[in-house]
Amino acid sequence: MSRQFTPKVITANALLEGDAIWLTAEDTWSRDIADAELIDDEAHAQLRLLFAQSQKDRVVGAYLAEARADGGIPQPVHFRERFRTRGPSNYRHGKQLAS
Amino acid sequence: MYRYTEFDDAFVRTRAAQFRQQVARRIDGSLSEDEFRPLRLMNGLYLQLHAYMLRVAIPYGTLNSAQMRQLAMIAERWDKGYGHFTTRQNIQFNWPALKDVPDIIDALADVGMHSIQTSGNTIRNVTADHFAGATADEIADPRPVAELLRQWSTDHPEFQFLPRKFKIAVTGAEADRAVIRSHDIGIQIVRNDAGETGYRMIVGGGLGRTPMVGKVIRDFLPAADLLPYAEAIVSVYNQLGRRDNKFKARVKITVHEHGIDAIRARVEDRFAQVRSQFSGVDQHLLRDIEAAFAPPAWKTADTAPFDAAQADPLFRSWADTNLSPHRNPDYAIVSVSLKKPGATPGDATAAQMRLLADLAETLGHDELRISHEQNVILPHVHKSDLPALHAALRAADLATANIGLISDIIACPGMDYCALATARSIPIAQKIATRFDDLKLEHEIGALKIKISGCINACGHHHVGHIGILGLDRAGVENYQITLGGDGTETTVIGERAGPGFSADQIVPAIERLIHAYLDLRAGPVETFLQTYRRLGLSPFKAALYLEVRANAA
Ligand code: SF4
Repeated sequence: MSRQFTPKVITANALLEGDAIWLTAEDTWSRDIADAELIDDEAHAQLRLLFAQSQKDRVVGAYLAEARADGGIPQPVHFRERFRTRGPSNYRHGKQLAS
Repeated sequence: MYRYTEFDDAFVRTRAAQFRQQVARRIDGSLSEDEFRPLRLMNGLYLQLHAYMLRVAIPYGTLNSAQMRQLAMIAERWDKGYGHFTTRQNIQFNWPALKDVPDIIDALADVGMHSIQTSGNTIRNVTADHFAGATADEIADPRPVAELLRQWSTDHPEFQFLPRKFKIAVTGAEADRAVIRSHDIGIQIVRNDAGETGYRMIVGGGLGRTPMVGKVIRDFLPAADLLPYAEAIVSVYNQLGRRDNKFKARVKITVHEHGIDAIRARVEDRFAQVRSQFSGVDQHLLRDIEAAFAPPAWKTADTAPFDAAQADPLFRSWADTNLSPHRNPDYAIVSVSLKKPGATPGDATAAQMRLLADLAETLGHDELRISHEQNVILPHVHKSDLPALHAALRAADLATANIGLISDIIACPGMDYCALATARSIPIAQKIATRFDDLKLEHEIGALKIKISGCINACGHHHVGHIGILGLDRAGVENYQITLGGDGTETTVIGERAGPGFSADQIVPAIERLIHAYLDLRAGPVETFLQTYRRLGLSPFKAALYLEVRANAA
């Protein structure tokens, strides 16, 4: 029995800065998960992942991460992904500074 | 203090120049990540959750003031103004940009430091007792031996691709402050009945997924045989260690699967072969190294100011917890706590690093140490200088009097930084320390080591904490498992798992119940948590931990 495909986003680390980034529907990378393309079709997810992984001079370690739509805007599901959208909890460093 | 030889310097500079080119080729796209990754790891550069992380070795935890100042400069110029000291006596910078790393590595080389072999399946930074060369209870300073091992293992052609990483720790005292029984090789300087100095060799210790206490492979190794014997151990491991399964690749598993007797027989065979290849040059070298580690010229002064300062309760409390006996009775070893309740264990700001460098230079014979417990040590301070030192530390918020107490917690970076983590560790350490500070129970509780890891890799040594906490991911929620009764000293014991884990909200109250149970159960104020645990076993503590949960569920 195949499991039902749950929505995903594609995420990676930026090559130069090393921070978390997300793939948009426009083939660009954003530092904000809200801009990410929310993918709810498995075949499309695989194609997008291949595209992401081909961007070797821009990103490192692209993978599919669970996401859900919150008012149409992609949000992380797992706490690890949530931390990646924010930064560490001991200092106001990383992405939470901008928000 | 020991300085790198010209050979070391040339080697480090060559590697730095090579890495600069490798980074440039990665940035211009001519190297793929698959090609670049092993190269950056050879230079201690990781890619973590939010940024790159550079791990810099502090061999046997020893620094001088110039090196500490350079670390402060790096933190300020290329990072976010702080560094994180780790349980392996390394410092980690959590935020460097890829393009800046070659400059950082050059800046390290300027003060004889580097990040080579801080990653990968090689022999890692050789660690040592952080009180080495200062403590009253040692047979000999373990650092010359650690330095000899560092030189032997750095760029060792046969040992660059071991089955897995390999960690060595050395102590010169019976009291084990270097966790040698939890290392791949642990070395203790000992004296035999004839009064000769040699080494007790321990092999196959380790924490992580399958924690093991190291086993004695040679009770007394004559001093001259150290390198050939170490070479024999590592080469037997290189041949026998499993390369088919990453989780079974450490030497602790090799020793466990073959048995210590079979390993010993192979090592002795190999030792007989390789011994003749060591012509004794290593022993000449060791003499030179030992000379470089000669103790400083002790100053003589009246210790009366120290006695007078005892009238100040703040000073006395700090002196009670943060000073240790020095080999010179007019001196003390000062542990500077990086564990102020609420702070991140092991973090120091650039300003704090500079102050510590200044204090080491003016009052501490220019020496600093990093402990595996993530504190900074000023190993040689004359007692007459302690009141001034304490005042300077207080002004910089570095005079927390909690060494060895409940808020002196080891915590790995966990999921606030580490890509391998399954849960966070830092906030748990912060909450426990703050809670017990509020309760004002810390001194009442006495000696207690809490150690927290953010995953089964156990960088936070949770297995050998009197109370160990392991952060896990249980169905998408952070969950914290408690182990009890662990011990990382000369009486090393792996802690016992207490039972089901606790959520992030439940873990601090659970620790509190545990501590109250201990205070009720102990035979008297001098019986430590660990002693009480050893006397009574797990069950009364387990009852305290889970009583409330069961009552709530009912
Ligand atoms: S124990 Fe796990 S989470 Fe903590 S630093 Fe080590 S690998 Fe990372």
